[in-house]
Amino acid sequence: MSEQKDLKRVAYYPGCALEGTGHAYDRSTRAVGKELGLDLVEVENWNCCGAMEVKNIDPKLQTYLSSRVMSIASEDMGFDTVMAPCNGCYHNLKKAEYDLTNDPENVAVTERLSEKAGHPTYKPGSVETIHALDWLKRAIGEEGLKERITHSLKGLKIANYYGCMYTRPRHIFPEKDQGPGSESTLQPHFMDDLLEAAGAEIVDYPLKTACCGGAHTLSDSDTSTKLVLNLLEAADECDADIIATECPTCHSGLEMHQIRAETKLGKKTNAKIVYFTQLIGLALGMNARTVGIHENVSDSINFFREKGLA
Amino acid sequence: MPIHEQNLIRPENIITNEELEIDGIDVSGHWSTFIESRVVTDYNEDIEDEVAALPGGEYINRCWQCGSCTNSCTVNAVNPDFNPRFWIYLVRMGMESELLRDKDIIWQCVSCNKCTYSCPRDVNPEGVMKALSHWLELKGHTPKSPSMHFDEEFADQVFSTGKIEEGRVIRGFFQRTGQPLIQDWLVELVKRLIRHMPVKLLMTMGLANFVRPRTRDWGRAQAAIEEYVLERDAANRKALGLDAAGDH
Ligand code: SF4
Ligand code: SF4
Repeated sequence: MSEQKDLKRVAYYPGCALEGTGHAYDRSTRAVGKELGLDLVEVENWNCCGAMEVKNIDPKLQTYLSSRVMSIASEDMGFDTVMAPCNGCYHNLKKAEYDLTNDPENVAVTERLSEKAGHPTYKPGSVETIHALDWLKRAIGEEGLKERITHSLKGLKIANYYGCMYTRPRHIFPEKDQGPGSESTLQPHFMDDLLEAAGAEIVDYPLKTACCGGAHTLSDSDTSTKLVLNLLEAADECDADIIATECPTCHSGLEMHQIRAETKLGKKTNAKIVYFTQLIGLALGMNARTVGIHENVSDSINFFREKGLA
Repeated sequence: MPIHEQNLIRPENIITNEELEIDGIDVSGHWSTFIESRVVTDYNEDIEDEVAALPGGEYINRCWQCGSCTNSCTVNAVNPDFNPRFWIYLVRMGMESELLRDKDIIWQCVSCNKCTYSCPRDVNPEGVMKALSHWLELKGHTPKSPSMHFDEEFADQVFSTGKIEEGRVIRGFFQRTGQPLIQDWLVELVKRLIRHMPVKLLMTMGLANFVRPRTRDWGRAQAAIEEYVLERDAANRKALGLDAAGDH
């Protein structure tokens, strides 16, 4: 991990979900960046990273699609860092980096497709892909954040939910599990660190990296509902008011299956589903609307009003 | 404690005679319980190579049957019949008919990669599950799974415009699978979603349904991808001994 690198200005890859259901994540990420003096320059004319769906059809196509985004950021825009807040995009760019470094067959397909599509082939090693968590942790850090908190999250009990794609499989995240300061794939803690710095009480949540069934949210909804219900009930059990999220697919999956568990199984759960960037925004004194709290399905706006944060 | 991971004795093979006398001795009930022997005669030696030829299945031969994948599996926890270790065993042994007993649940893998994380042999069991689902569909053992319909709808949009628009993917998926778009819980979701939404945002979101997001100058990439997909499909079918012309 290159701590020294200046992350004040990075290429920003929002991805498709942040233009749709994850709108509030995009909004709050940009707003927090602006407030903290961090420049996010959107990758020009980006395309979908391939997501899980294209990977299922053919993993090498997903590698190519992700490589095009990194090629634009490095070759056309001259950046050495791409920040992707969506776990899926982040995972896929990392996976493409790994595949293009280690697998000649993948390289051949990406070369051929890039050439035919008429853009430079991505050269592995040209950019480092980071998550929004890495970005805030490395560019600002807990101490930096503490100094700027105007509305402490004191009294909020938060369960941090990281999901699958942020840590698994480990081989595509060579910078993780590298001792002090690095992220852990078994017990990730970057979100805990940041939200604790913002004053929140972090509960010991056992399902941090359990799966929400996002892959089959619509194609096998009953399984997804079961998996999400586990996450929600565990959060209630830990007495958490909020499940903090860092991925648009997890976030909307939790929102959606919270309702589905209620309407289909009669199981009502209480945790509010909120993006971690929204929480940091509120702690920085930003308006609830600016960070898109009104877009959250689990009615967190009334909750934050009660707590004097909105 | 019994071995709970996979029981090879199927309930239908356990025979008990309620009324039975042998040599004048009454052995009715559980005294006469016996297990019908399990006979497998239809080995299909090609399955392993075929699965290994499909994307994701490449490293199936590395498996040493430790069971870490099944032990960590998300879906196994909610359905004990979902057993990646066992299926890899059956594929490698060529036990086709045994494998086909579970054909309708293999696609349910949620790609959480817990198996890939814990596999000591870098088999990439998650990939094997995808390859196996493809294999079942290509061979005609199962119809296209809902997941495959979703992937195809999604991928078609990416291939043709460079991006997806979620509302369009959802509508397309419901159409492909013949489900009504109006589902009670979806209606409830939308109701709660718009409760606090400003009109301007709602209009922008509505607009996305008409103005398709797309990557500029995507045409050449689209052509290159489509050419590649056709080639891959033909190669996959060939590896499985099927005619080159699929119905993709
Ligand atoms: S974890 Fe890997 S080696 Fe062990 S049974 Fe599963 S696939 Fe085989
Ligand atoms: S990726 Fe699939 S097979 Fe592997 S642990 Fe997750 S659900 Fe099970």
